[in-house]
Amino acid sequence: MRLAARDLSVALGGIDVLHGISAELAPGTITALCGPNGAGKSTLLAALAGLLPPRSGAITLGEEPPPHLASRERARRIGYLPQNCEIAWDVSLATLVALGRLPHGDSASEPVAQAIASCGLAGLTARPVSTLSGGERARALLARVMAGEPRWILADEPLAALDLAHQLAMLGSLRQAAQAGAGVVLVLHDLALAMNHADRVLVLDGGRLVADGSTEEALASAIITRVWGVEAEWLGEAGARALAPRRPHSSP
Amino acid sequence: MTRPSIVLLAVLALALPLSLLAGRVWIDPWETPNAAIILMELRLPRGLLALLIGAGLGAAGAAMQGYLRNPLADPGLFGIAPGAALGAVVSLWFGYAASVWLLPTFALAGAAAAMALLAAIAGRTGGIALFTLAGMMIASLAGALTALAISLAPNAFAMSEIVTWLMGALTDRSWGDVWLAAPLILTGTVLLRLAGRDLDALTLGEVAARSLGVNPAALQALLIAGVGLTVGASVAVAGVIGFVGLIVPHLVRPFTDRRPSSLIVPSALAGALLVLVADCLCRVLPLVTELRLGIALSLIGAPFFLALLLRMRRGLA
Repeated sequence: MRLAARDLSVALGGIDVLHGISAELAPGTITALCGPNGAGKSTLLAALAGLLPPRSGAITLGEEPPPHLASRERARRIGYLPQNCEIAWDVSLATLVALGRLPHGDSASEPVAQAIASCGLAGLTARPVSTLSGGERARALLARVMAGEPRWILADEPLAALDLAHQLAMLGSLRQAAQAGAGVVLVLHDLALAMNHADRVLVLDGGRLVADGSTEEALASAIITRVWGVEAEWLGEAGARALAPRRPHSSP
Repeated sequence: MTRPSIVLLAVLALALPLSLLAGRVWIDPWETPNAAIILMELRLPRGLLALLIGAGLGAAGAAMQGYLRNPLADPGLFGIAPGAALGAVVSLWFGYAASVWLLPTFALAGAAAAMALLAAIAGRTGGIALFTLAGMMIASLAGALTALAISLAPNAFAMSEIVTWLMGALTDRSWGDVWLAAPLILTGTVLLRLAGRDLDALTLGEVAARSLGVNPAALQALLIAGVGLTVGASVAVAGVIGFVGLIVPHLVRPFTDRRPSSLIVPSALAGALLVLVADCLCRVLPLVTELRLGIALSLIGAPFFLALLLRMRRGLA
């Protein structure tokens, strides 16, 4: 079931934030949304999740626009992880992950246990969330999304503030979900993570889609210079690339 | 049914019959003259009202704390209790309270007006911040109008009646009050329980809750109706009784998995127990006049609130 934006424009507080974005995303792959601060990445992700109404254009999930789906049905198909997701009550990790079953109206233990295991949290189920480390907490929140067995996982900066090992563990879990058939869309600031772990990259700048393609195409040095204003060079082999920035493009 | 609910039900099953015997005059069902009449016509309706009011306020407190994701939330903050109180004060001001049904009717009308105003201001967007501010504004307005009514009372007797009524009590309540409050409070509690799933989703914040299928406007309408019915009916039959909705969820939370939905029923049962016990204390304490229930609960509640703040401060330090 493909997730697509067609000529999508979104306004927030009367200000146009996205302008005429068209992209069709395929399940079974990891797509990275990249761009400088304020480019509209989070807005596009929320709009794809059906949480923001388009000002014009449309979002479709299969044949249907997510905003038109009953909210529970949409929630069963699209799992959304916002940036800096709060946890208001000091519930146990198992209770937190089980919240992912709310759209299904059940508390099926199998998907919850699977999500906990696939995020490497099996030994921590009884721990109150206040006692989890930042990395464990981030993985628990991702497990919450995965417990809902959504066809699409949309996560906003899920790797921010995680150390290298936790980043790789999270990406491993997401790759597993993609291999199982889910579509994965991630907002990523770290271009090297996008280059090495995504299948496709959409680059946004000023609310417009300025590049869309394979990682090598969309994150080519020329595009990084144009969009981020930084001259940079990719080092290393495919799959293990590192970005070496030279200097701001426009600096004297 | 969860373990806390079963334990609380068992305690209530013991506490209610014992509470019927307690009072300035302790009743021996076999020895006291007219024991059956006193128990059936005075003590039983009063005990049942205590249970109903406590249950409604406890459930409303648990739901409001879940909705605002704030352990310091209390249903009184949102204007419904002050609105109901204002309605009752208006009936006392005009002397309509001489008729048995007019005071509760006015109080319910006041609660309904506060609910309608809250829904009209905050209902369209379903935003929690707007809801809270609107509720506080309504509470403040209703409080100011109540103070105005007291200051402009037509005579000293009306003023005294208003002030005394505002303190909250279950003295001299009858079966009529039980029949008035029971359907409203029970319906309200059921509505709040129905909101449980959405309140659980709100644990993750408003945006994540919407992504989990929560319709914010529908949830808000359910809460306004649930809190309005429970709190409005409580004020209508017993006056303003504070702190139950604040204290009870805190007492119960450690014994649950801390999801708002698993807190609502145990909070209703614990609220029922707290008000029943507090009302017994009011009857038993050897004072010149019977201690008002609202005062008793505030005397218990305020130190508890302070202790809670101190514990939170230690947690933040």
